[in-house]
Amino acid sequence: MLIRRAPDLTYADVTPKSVYLNRRKFLRTMGITSAMAFASKGLWELAAPTHKVSANTKLTGVIKGPFNTDEKQTSYEDVTHYNNFYEFGTDKRDPAKYAQNFRTSPWTVSIEGEVKTPRKFTMDEILKLAPLEERIYRHRCVEAWSIVVPWIGFSFSALAKLVEPTPKAKYVAFQSFFDPKQMPQAKYGGIDFPYVEGLRLDEAMHPLALLCVGMYGETLPNQDGAPVRMILPWKYGFKSIKSLVKIRFQEKQPPTTWNLFAPNEYGFYSNVNPTVDHPRWSQATERRLGDIFKRKTLMFNGYADQVASLYTGMDLKKNY
Amino acid sequence: MRALLTSKWTKVLVFLLSSLPCALLVWRAFRADLGPNPVETIQLATGDWSLRFLIFTLAITPLRKLLNLPDLIRFRRMLGLFAFSYICLHFLIYLGPDQSFSLSGIWDDIYKRPFITVGFTAFLLLIPLALTSTKGWIRRLGGKRWQMLHRSIYVAAVCAVIHFYWKVKSDVREPLFYAALVAILLLWRLGDWLSKRRSAPAKAAMPNIPV
Repeated sequence: MLIRRAPDLTYADVTPKSVYLNRRKFLRTMGITSAMAFASKGLWELAAPTHKVSANTKLTGVIKGPFNTDEKQTSYEDVTHYNNFYEFGTDKRDPAKYAQNFRTSPWTVSIEGEVKTPRKFTMDEILKLAPLEERIYRHRCVEAWSIVVPWIGFSFSALAKLVEPTPKAKYVAFQSFFDPKQMPQAKYGGIDFPYVEGLRLDEAMHPLALLCVGMYGETLPNQDGAPVRMILPWKYGFKSIKSLVKIRFQEKQPPTTWNLFAPNEYGFYSNVNPTVDHPRWSQATERRLGDIFKRKTLMFNGYADQVASLYTGMDLKKNY
Repeated sequence: MRALLTSKWTKVLVFLLSSLPCALLVWRAFRADLGPNPVETIQLATGDWSLRFLIFTLAITPLRKLLNLPDLIRFRRMLGLFAFSYICLHFLIYLGPDQSFSLSGIWDDIYKRPFITVGFTAFLLLIPLALTSTKGWIRRLGGKRWQMLHRSIYVAAVCAVIHFYWKVKSDVREPLFYAALVAILLLWRLGDWLSKRRSAPAKAAMPNIPV
């Protein structure tokens, strides 16, 4: 055991009583102030006000698309105030707040890699590339909540056929827009940006895979991935990349953001599968926004008839 | 300050303030203003407030000594019981809307998923503390044993923080903030204990020196 010698202190070293008492007072004030700040922040959050949606433009000449579900559509309010868009913050209410001034015009999407005609598309060109269809899809998040949304767009294959992938193209890599100046919240996201995603070519060419430019009859609101995004209804929501700027056809399987972040939790395929749980929660059920109780999750989110053949012979427990 | 802390009305005020988060949730529920996923809103809010009240409870002892306000003890039981009440609400949401009261589903979840296991552990640990929070139980157990038992709140607080940390996907700022608070409150106790242990033999050797 250590035996310490008392230091040589004189009376001059004694803290004056007034300073000593002030320290007490100071500590007390600090303690009370921080406790109050702490509690009021929480109470303020509880009384949270709602935010307005950014301006939208009506889309005309939209025709009814295939694969529509007749399930009750989620309200526009909910779909625009419950978003995972980590560039604009990690709270579900953040994107509606912080994406309001996101500049989505001018916008170009560049197509690169294993294609005969690499090129850039402006938004105007994309909007005229194929007839716009309304596709009412179920959308299921990896966090076990789901929505039903009338998206507007056309099959991604229409764009792909225009640029003609070469025989070497086996995969498609997607990249989101990223600008730390416009997206200051992104630094708290915990994941790397720009956000990247990927599909096998045959998945991307499937008619269900939608290049999406709008919803509910209008162009996409900023917080829902304006101005152009992917919608892959048989996969978990994070595969449906938002605010697309780059599409690359390539031979190798591309890296994907959430898989890079936690490979044991988020696979490359990430097909909706009630029999393969996320390591931290069950995927057997989901809560449709607005519901109290959960419902059963369907294999491939109910699109098994359309997409199951893409995965024949594959072990979906391994290729989650 | 002392008169303020010992006043009956201060206790009433603390009670009302502690009920405010719950009251606000009820108010928002009546106005259908709980956001797109009301169940989740309630679940997250009750979880947050459970942890906050655990921290308030754990802050009482250090604050009493640091601020020289021993009367703060009057609020500790109430704050602890509020922590337990918010955890009960948090657990009920999980039991009903999440698991549809399916006991096998809950058992699977607790068994398979560490984030549920630690959360449930925190809940279990607090049950005996809530039950023995009365004066009668302090007497029946005896101060020493009662204190030993009630130290399990330290474990519960650590479990609660881990539960929160494992629950978030990638943005760990909030769980780390709470982890830091719990760490400070527990380390203060460690420091306090160490200094007491060091000064105990010294006091025995020099009994006549006034402190």
